[in-house]
Amino acid sequence: MRYAETGYNLEIDLSSGNIERVESDPGLTELYLGGLGTNAKLLWDRVPPETEPFSPDNLLIFSAGLLCGTPAPGANRTIISTYSPQTLFMAFSMMGGFFAPELKYAGYDKVIFRGKSPELVYVWINNDKVELRDASHLQGKGAVETETLIRQELGDPNVQVAAIGLAGENRVYMASIEHGRSSASRLGIGAVMGDKKIKAIAVRGTKDLNIARPAEFMEICNEVMEYIPERDGNPVPGVMPILAGLGSPKEMLIHDEKWHTENFMWGNARTRQKNYWTKDVEEKWKETQESVRTRLISCYNCPMKCGAIVSVPGISRYMMKCFSKLTYTMAAYSDLDFGFRIAQRATEYGVDGFSMPQVMAFALELYEAGILTDDDFPGMPSDNEGRFYWLLDRIVRREGIGDVLADGVYWAARKIGNGAEEYDHNTIKKHEQLPLKLSMLNPIYFLMWATGEKINITQIEGNFPQAPFPTMEEKEAFVKDWIHVPDEKFKDYFLKWELRGENSFPYYPTPEATCDIVDWQETMHYIDDSLGMCAGLSSFPLKPPYHIHNFPKLISAATGIDIDKDELWKIAKRNRTLIRAINVRKGLRRADDKPPENHWKKRFPELEEQLLNAYYNLKGFNEDGVPTKESLHDLNMDYISEDFEKRGILKDEQSDEES
Amino acid sequence: MSKVMKKVKTIKIDLEKCNGCRACELICSAYHAEPKYSSNNPARSRIRMIREPLQDVYLPVYAGEYTPAECMGRDKYVIDGKEYEECAFCRASCPSRDAFKEPDSGLPLKCDMCEDEEVPLCVKWCIHDALTYEEREEEVEEEVMVEEIETGLKSLVDKYGFENLVDTVARLSQKEK
Repeated sequence: MRYAETGYNLEIDLSSGNIERVESDPGLTELYLGGLGTNAKLLWDRVPPETEPFSPDNLLIFSAGLLCGTPAPGANRTIISTYSPQTLFMAFSMMGGFFAPELKYAGYDKVIFRGKSPELVYVWINNDKVELRDASHLQGKGAVETETLIRQELGDPNVQVAAIGLAGENRVYMASIEHGRSSASRLGIGAVMGDKKIKAIAVRGTKDLNIARPAEFMEICNEVMEYIPERDGNPVPGVMPILAGLGSPKEMLIHDEKWHTENFMWGNARTRQKNYWTKDVEEKWKETQESVRTRLISCYNCPMKCGAIVSVPGISRYMMKCFSKLTYTMAAYSDLDFGFRIAQRATEYGVDGFSMPQVMAFALELYEAGILTDDDFPGMPSDNEGRFYWLLDRIVRREGIGDVLADGVYWAARKIGNGAEEYDHNTIKKHEQLPLKLSMLNPIYFLMWATGEKINITQIEGNFPQAPFPTMEEKEAFVKDWIHVPDEKFKDYFLKWELRGENSFPYYPTPEATCDIVDWQETMHYIDDSLGMCAGLSSFPLKPPYHIHNFPKLISAATGIDIDKDELWKIAKRNRTLIRAINVRKGLRRADDKPPENHWKKRFPELEEQLLNAYYNLKGFNEDGVPTKESLHDLNMDYISEDFEKRGILKDEQSDEES
Repeated sequence: MSKVMKKVKTIKIDLEKCNGCRACELICSAYHAEPKYSSNNPARSRIRMIREPLQDVYLPVYAGEYTPAECMGRDKYVIDGKEYEECAFCRASCPSRDAFKEPDSGLPLKCDMCEDEEVPLCVKWCIHDALTYEEREEEVEEEVMVEEIETGLKSLVDKYGFENLVDTVARLSQKEK
């Protein structure tokens, strides 16, 4: 019997309509856990790097994490992987909600799509019965609307649906996959789903999911459940409200947006409004938020209320989480009411709330600069808000200039030319980033922005405080119950870290300490993404309920595979290295590992090179950012170095010695 | 029949506080697995969430008595502008719906308030207090408790007929020998 996982994947060939239930290799669970780890292994094994994202040979994998469907609170995430049309590297975007547990109860760990359907279809997975159904009546429908229509059609309110909107159907690079209050938004996975002509996946499961050592497993789950209210009721002092507790930033609960509105950039990641958060703004925004927020809601088996049902008068209800209430608002220099209104349309279209507003703000900058002209914007309204709606409608339909912009800032800038490239100032690896422009280089964030394979900072940062605390008393109070550190040295790094003077940015933390801090944070994210654990209870907040000391026990008790702390760390490193290897095979090198030029005003090229070298060294990459033969061997992935040698990415040892 | 004091276990359900996470369903199914916590399957849960997020409908319902026949009428309630099927509030394991039946056998499920635990686990895992536990004493007429086995058998009689059931039991007991 298999524990925690079902042991079966669903293989669907959309071109032929062939559907198979295939047993997975339990040995892979020991090496890569599940979720992101085993997704990456499938991509490495089955999709050669020459495969175009929109080729029928590209895979689109929906995976439940290893612990999804078990009582481990917060284990509910679906990890979706493919090759990205935007970055041309591996895309892995994730969503919470109810999809992954339902898939496990239906008897599958993953749904693996290959090929392309001739007509628009939706997939109906009802335990052992799986079918491709005509979706022509859903063509052009909103993502949220589609979920409702499918549930009605199937006559079962317990069906869980993940769907694309118009943006996905039209292969817009910012297209998301929407599911209730959740969405997998980044890196264009919705476009790949649309390219394969899958409008939605509906799943219902009523089977058992087994636990290997129940008593041991429940002991940790109960501890976690007791710790959550205790920790969340005691916010970390001196940290901004949205980061002081647990969960993903509580944007739906908290109305105080002083920090975001005054520190993040408005427009095309362009302007900082230092004194924006006045009493008037605060009152107005608070009223807006409270009037539209119907209920705070959660994902499956999680007590954190990171999402909300949003009911704006005059438009249909939708659900929202986290930061998208501000991305449109700030890109358009508008207010919160506009943010909630346009996000409803954007959610139905199914687009990434990070990238889309920046693309639109970028287009309007080009218009102001005369690089794009009235001819490109026929009939566009003159007010800012109206322009955003106008652009949104055109981009998701790929109409006129919308067709160019639908490929995202990087590709659009190159297609438009005539100096437009200069306005692409906030992308990493061709992907739009948070609108942050800061002063002094932060070595920790430098490495995370530069090297993160996720290309999204909120999914890399986490367990280490973002800034030093002002006094020694505060620092000592913080480290007192900091049991989460993998090693005591992290407390030392933190205690010595200061706002000013010798032990401050950019030379402190030292490159070595910086690498350790990045390594810890990154490792926790890679563990979460294999388990399907929400970062909001683990790798993202300070002092979370899950950490490197209780995860091994939890995983061992759930799966029956005995894993200790060192082994778990090694698995996370293996997964991280595997994804690097996939991207290296797609052409990723050191030159790609860099944050936007203007991310910080004060840059230190020599130090930055030093940081990158130290990081590569720790990770077992060579100076070009390619995993070395030795490190691949240590991680049981000789198959990668063999492939690299065949392709000339790594030279074999003999020629290494000669050179 | 004589009067006796009976401890009545109740769960108070506050719909406004529900965050819709379904932890109640999950932990119920885990607790009632054999052996305890060895498997998870909300379809076996004795509490079910009726969830319509876009209508803001969040309604936990507990499994009560088994009934062999469905009701004649199906009314609807409108509360605070939200529409609920009458069945939404019904605790019965009933032929009209899938809820409160073992997914494999179709046998009825009934909430037992997690007998061995201090409080029912759905309550323990609902940290937002949408579910809270209350006990009170009540004077009631002494009654013969219908055993779980009898409830199960009754439903099988309804489903397959008395004769078929007796034949099957006889055949099984032959095999056992």
